[in-house]
Amino acid sequence: MADSKGVMIIGECVECAPVAITYELLGVGRKLADSLGEPLMAVLLADKVGDAAKDVIAFGADKVYVVESPLLKDYVTDSYVNAMEKLCQEVKPNILLIGQTPMGRDLAPRLAFRLGTGVTLDCLDLKIEPQSKLMVQTKPVYGGNALAEIVCEKTRPQMATVRPKTMEPLPRDDSRKGEVVSFDPKLDASKIRAKFVERVKEKVEGVKLEDANVIVCGGRGMGGPDNFAMLKELATMLGGALGASRPPCDNGWVPATLQIGLTGKIVSPTLYIAVAVSGASQHLSGCSGAKNIIAINKDAEANIFKVARYGVVGDYKKVMPPFINKVKELLKG
Amino acid sequence: MHSIVCVKEIPDPETPASAFAIDPIAKRAIPAKDKPPVISPFDEQAVEAALRIKDAKGGKVTVISMGGPTAEKILKHTLAMGADEAVLLSAPEFEDSDSFSTAYVLTQAIKKIGQFDFVFCGRQAGDFDMGQVGSGVAELLGIPSVTLGKKIEPQDGKVRVERAFPDGYEVVEVSMPALITVSNELGEPRYAPLKGIMAAAKKKVPVWNAQEIGADASKIGCTGRHTSMLKLFIPVRESKVELIAGENEEDTANKLALKLREVKLI
Repeated sequence: MADSKGVMIIGECVECAPVAITYELLGVGRKLADSLGEPLMAVLLADKVGDAAKDVIAFGADKVYVVESPLLKDYVTDSYVNAMEKLCQEVKPNILLIGQTPMGRDLAPRLAFRLGTGVTLDCLDLKIEPQSKLMVQTKPVYGGNALAEIVCEKTRPQMATVRPKTMEPLPRDDSRKGEVVSFDPKLDASKIRAKFVERVKEKVEGVKLEDANVIVCGGRGMGGPDNFAMLKELATMLGGALGASRPPCDNGWVPATLQIGLTGKIVSPTLYIAVAVSGASQHLSGCSGAKNIIAINKDAEANIFKVARYGVVGDYKKVMPPFINKVKELLKG
Repeated sequence: MHSIVCVKEIPDPETPASAFAIDPIAKRAIPAKDKPPVISPFDEQAVEAALRIKDAKGGKVTVISMGGPTAEKILKHTLAMGADEAVLLSAPEFEDSDSFSTAYVLTQAIKKIGQFDFVFCGRQAGDFDMGQVGSGVAELLGIPSVTLGKKIEPQDGKVRVERAFPDGYEVVEVSMPALITVSNELGEPRYAPLKGIMAAAKKKVPVWNAQEIGADASKIGCTGRHTSMLKLFIPVRESKVELIAGENEEDTANKLALKLREVKLI
């Protein structure tokens, strides 16, 4: 444990280009590394990494491990866990950070058990405690009703996954210098018990929720699938996207891909119009990054009003049609 | 086919935020008075996944839970849904476990049960939302794991699983036996029929302690933890909402639209 050193992050790329979570991990990783006075390392696993290492250095890494193998083309639990196990045994990082993404939430726990260490999933904040030098990991629990601070005292690396859009990336600096090291994980194909078959993307019309600047979201109080059409109309008018909390998705009123929340998508639009959404913690976990929440709900006690900037207490069926008309008029205006 | 399902009893996640309270010393939630604990919703879906395999291929479903004596109630619920057997893993030494000590206890119980084709878990517990016990059990058993399953089809000694993704799904194939964690996209769990409830009432739920599962004392409960919780707290959220109200709904709607225009949000 005493020889464990450095903060390591696992980057994620799409076609040799790092995705946002990679830069966010580098941002928080840099802070942790600086407060410990240790280096920041990044790992890129793929069949071909390409030029991604340069980007990762420009965003804060001191050293990049490029781990290439045909068995790492698509994410498969066994191949990624086996590769990371070998790399961690050789490098012995003090801290290992992964994104709370479909890959991270699968890889992190299995890798932690393999390495015999602890991990905290879905962290919103990470910091170094000045005395103990331990990484304090803050995560929401009980559906976001409470926060827990967790540490891993005895084993290394201290592992955490980080919720997307909670950490600030550093500005790009191409003058930053870093070392690129290639690492051969010597993967044994006979030990990979799973096979990736295909990725199926469900079609979404218009703007993607994660990228939308405006989101109109319907909740349980919508009462059924029919009135989602008016929310969709408003969303389209504002150049935004339609979303929903969990009940409309579970009830099949709208496709599951529209779900915003802890088990759905995490969004951060400028304008978030929540219609008949009560504001259960599991939903707020997904939209707390919204800059301006507008709540329309007939229950004045609804939790959503606690996080809203503007609110209307009333029946959406009566408020929304004139509201949509007025917005239409103003936009023409 | 034999499926083993791991389930957990949790405080009702539908407890409104206003009724939610924690014990900062014990570092856990205090159950609301009128809200009895429930089976973690994702775990109920894991039971559903196992029952669907039993419906299609025949076989047996065994459900296990580590928890206090009250967890017998959720096990009875899974028997009423259609599970064949249930075992409660309960002992004072199991208390104050983290994901690591929990996965160890479940693994020891699964080893004692013996032969199985599948282990199912919910994608994450509805209280701590960690999502690591399933993968941990698979690692300790030395079997492959697939997380976030929404459709599970066994065929010719292999299983094809659709994993729920934010923008669709991914298909993977793994050898059996395998552990699969189940996501809510699988669909609603079935209701327990009255006949099932009556049959479940008569069934015995055996209780296994640390000795009965051959657990190493250094790996269970508080001693087996890899992580420790420093603090559990309710974040302070100050409401700053500006309520818009007019003479009637139309007037309110107009005022809201004008306000959004005034602050340049539309």
